[in-house]
Amino acid sequence: MDFNNFGVISFTGAAKISPFVDHLFQGRFMTTKCTHCNRPFFPPQADCPHCLSDDMEWIEIKDAGTLVSYSTAMFGPAGFEKKVPYTLGIGRFREGIQILAAVADEIDSQNLKIGLKVKVKPVKLNEERVSYEFVLDQ
Amino acid sequence: MKNQLSIIGVGQSAFSRKGGLSVRELCFEAYREAMTDAKALKPKDIDATIVCTAPNFDNQRLPSPLISEYLGLVPKPTFELASACSSSSTGLRVACSMIASGLHNVIAVIGFQKMMELSSTEGQAVMGRADDTMFSSPFGTMMPLGHAMFARAHMDKFGTTPQQLAMIREKNSKYGAINEKAAFRKELTLEEILEAPMISDPLKKFDCCANSDGASCVIIGKSDMAKNLSEKPVSVLGLGMAVEKLNWSARNTLVKFDAAREAAKQAYEMAGVSPKDIDVAEVHDCFTIAEILAYEALGFADLGEGGKLIEEKETYIGGKTPVNIDGGLLSKGHPVGATGGSQIRTIVKQLRGEGDQVQVDGAKIGLVHNIGGVGTYANVTILGR
Repeated sequence: MDFNNFGVISFTGAAKISPFVDHLFQGRFMTTKCTHCNRPFFPPQADCPHCLSDDMEWIEIKDAGTLVSYSTAMFGPAGFEKKVPYTLGIGRFREGIQILAAVADEIDSQNLKIGLKVKVKPVKLNEERVSYEFVLDQ
Repeated sequence: MKNQLSIIGVGQSAFSRKGGLSVRELCFEAYREAMTDAKALKPKDIDATIVCTAPNFDNQRLPSPLISEYLGLVPKPTFELASACSSSSTGLRVACSMIASGLHNVIAVIGFQKMMELSSTEGQAVMGRADDTMFSSPFGTMMPLGHAMFARAHMDKFGTTPQQLAMIREKNSKYGAINEKAAFRKELTLEEILEAPMISDPLKKFDCCANSDGASCVIIGKSDMAKNLSEKPVSVLGLGMAVEKLNWSARNTLVKFDAAREAAKQAYEMAGVSPKDIDVAEVHDCFTIAEILAYEALGFADLGEGGKLIEEKETYIGGKTPVNIDGGLLSKGHPVGATGGSQIRTIVKQLRGEGDQVQVDGAKIGLVHNIGGVGTYANVTILGR
């Protein structure tokens, strides 16, 4: 699998970082960390701009993070017309990693607020496509 | 570079959502006004053109030779230059360096966008890809949603209110109503703005600018030549430019645009002036929240205090620092590649005392703040007489 299989609509195909998508299909939300200088990245990177290494390890983000902003779109770009309204959020996780994701339908918009504890959950959109969303940390 | 470069002529087409003009015709409207404005300038005096556009909106490829042909400027050097909504300010920056290097004496910076050939959803899709297409666009990101994230975070941290956002539009619609080049000429009440439908909460319809067609032209030259080519040349005092992560969701902060703050610092330093010296400013109000973030980035207000500045009407004519007295992007419309040139035109006219109904008395130093993407590219330009 590669980025052709990621998200509602994808704009990129194969990439060095494509195992990100394979991990999502297997139910794991993983990102990369440089084995030389130990810096974690999100979005995951195949290359480290600090030490120029391409020796990365995959680390799983399992812990809860904090919602730092969110918004519900009442209009969407081409391909998202049927999804509106949809809510996206930004969560801040350990080591300064910030993640953009869809907010799961199960979270009532009345309960959304900055500071909410959330986890990232991989979701299969269908057999061919995978994504991830924020769910409540319970 | 300070004082070596002067703006000789400025022009823009009407910004419009009605269509009816092709790319070359739009650019000619702006060029004709700039050439007429410069008075003594002849086409042979123009050494090169820089054509500023966000190319994803254009059906026309290779627009710069096409425009050169229509303007009668073949074979003078020309090329396209892009930095999204900040393109024509970047164009001015590049023109300054090409002149300061001695390569050319006079350059026309032409910005344009023909947006009304795309449907609204197609337009949003193009702008949604002005984002990380691997990790963000697949979720349905778009410009209003990106700015809504910053608005929400700003409200949460500093207590900025929907009313304060609406006051930005109220002000800009008041000035836009008397700008004959603006796409939206209707003055809006606070109630109308607050009761409009939601686009991406907390941003409502009138918190957002609209796509439109338009072109701008800024002609710049060496200051010693400019004196002979223009009755009232305006000097470039300071230039600043910086960039932020394209991936706005990965930035350290969601309550400010750091690129704009860095560009402002550079421009103030080069010009040797401070925020209190700015008599009039054009800022990039693609969304109402963006004007509040601009107040804070430019030092017109402290971080978190931008909402109070508009509440106290300090950015109206007669206030501490009048801002967007031509209606801003919110009223003029936002033909991406043309916007920076239009902002520069307004400030040049102010500094020459040609602002008519919106003239700020005694304006000597003006500032242009022009952003691209969700605070991604930032240019700050300080001009003076």
